[in-house]
Amino acid sequence: MLKLENLSKQYDKGDEALKEISLEVPAGQIVALIGPSGAGKSTLIRCINRLVEPTTGTVVLDELNITSLKGRALRLARRQMAMIFQEYALIERLTVMENVLSGQLGYVGFLHSFFRRFPTEIVNEAYEILGRVDLQEHLYKRADELSGGQRQRVGIARAMLQRPRLLLVDEPTASLDPRTSRQIMRLLSEICQERDLTALVNIHDVALAQVFVDRIIGLKNGEIVFDGKSDELDDDTLTHIYGKEDWATLRQTGADDSAGSIRGGSISESSDEHMRGLS
Amino acid sequence: MSEPITPFNAADWRPPSFIESSMLRWTLGLMMAVYLSIAVGSLDVNWSRLAEGMQRGGWFLAAFTSPDFTSQSRDILLGLEESLTMTLAATVIGVLLSIPVALGAAGNISPAPVYLLCRAFIGISRSFQEIILAIFFVAMFGFGPFAGLVTLSVATIGFFAKLLAEDIEAMDPVQAEAIKSTGAGWLQWINYGIQPQVMPRIIGLSLYRLDINFRESAVIGIVGGGGIGATLNTAFDRYEFETAAAILLIIIAIVMIAEYTSSIVREKVQ
Repeated sequence: MLKLENLSKQYDKGDEALKEISLEVPAGQIVALIGPSGAGKSTLIRCINRLVEPTTGTVVLDELNITSLKGRALRLARRQMAMIFQEYALIERLTVMENVLSGQLGYVGFLHSFFRRFPTEIVNEAYEILGRVDLQEHLYKRADELSGGQRQRVGIARAMLQRPRLLLVDEPTASLDPRTSRQIMRLLSEICQERDLTALVNIHDVALAQVFVDRIIGLKNGEIVFDGKSDELDDDTLTHIYGKEDWATLRQTGADDSAGSIRGGSISESSDEHMRGLS
Repeated sequence: MSEPITPFNAADWRPPSFIESSMLRWTLGLMMAVYLSIAVGSLDVNWSRLAEGMQRGGWFLAAFTSPDFTSQSRDILLGLEESLTMTLAATVIGVLLSIPVALGAAGNISPAPVYLLCRAFIGISRSFQEIILAIFFVAMFGFGPFAGLVTLSVATIGFFAKLLAEDIEAMDPVQAEAIKSTGAGWLQWINYGIQPQVMPRIIGLSLYRLDINFRESAVIGIVGGGGIGATLNTAFDRYEFETAAAILLIIIAIVMIAEYTSSIVREKVQ
């Protein structure tokens, strides 16, 4: 369904964010991209909908070569690829409903969107989707009045109203607490199943990814260093991707309660810092 | 990690100086003191003229105790009406025209040639003080409020477009990115991704500029731009200090009302 061929990105500063990435994602699959900060995860998913322009290589979505599109054709292609963001990226000063409706901007004309006159069936659909993510009562609130988890659900609702075939999800849980993170990941995977969506999810939390996705791709320095089923990801591979760490302990606390995995991670990191400071 | 650590003494701790070298710090201080004393010494004050002027200033101040609103009331009202019309029209025109200029002058959303063009326009319009612009437009369009209107509109564009462009440059890029990723067109992108982020600034700046334009309209009148400034100028020319005092009091009152209302509105819009 989605096919990347030799995709590379070199930023003006000269650093190569992606090196000849090739991969294929079949329809309906949920793929997690893991890797340390700066590995190129964000760049990769932004190259797919061309928020970032790839330097070389091609992105093909159902026979359609995205990398060669311009203007209107590019906008029409973007409609099919909804994006969900780390800091939610809601329009803070607009209401929840306006934010959800903005998912339809690729479908309606400027004047309709300017006067917020969306077709009635679309407004209805938006209301139903708000019901699905359990936010109907907050319809008239401004987006900045909501909590983190609620905001991310608005982000998901906006993406759903876009009627996409592919979801590009950039660190959906990085700004959320562990419990909410789980709920958001569960909601995302449910929605992908309900609507038969393909999804590419950047995620830091390896334990969380393993619970909810079918396939994991490990990125390091702009290259794919692991590609396999979630349960094939072992400690050696994690060490290869992230560097040395006591993965068994982290995973164990992660399995008990994902709150533990974050706490465990930060404790070992800070004690590391502490020891370095002493020596 | 392995660099030698000098023992830390809490009693010796001071925040780092702004200028690290103490030599440079003291030299700069000394140079400033010398320059200041020379500058003050070079002022050539004519004390007898100053005394005379103080007396005239005293008359003028005394006039404030008995301001004369009535004897020239027709001229005052006419001038006020002209000034207020000019102010409001210039603000609306200026703000509307400056929005496209601001979009063009925001480096994060506009291509380099458009950016340079808009920045150049803003630079030129800001480099001329309102009085200079007014003299130029009075020469071009003749005496009267139309020259004042054009002056204030142009000045508003320079001021407003620059500040709005800066606000657009400081916006959250991810919100704009999110709108782009929905497949929105350019106008929709501006309307959803950027406008809501800068709306409070647009409203706040418009009110602020309204206030500035009214004050400027009083000055512009003096060089022939019409409005209350023209009335004020006439009053001074005729040594009618009581009438001039009345006009100044009215200007102060209007500016204060505008200031107060705009601060209330700005608080509400967040």
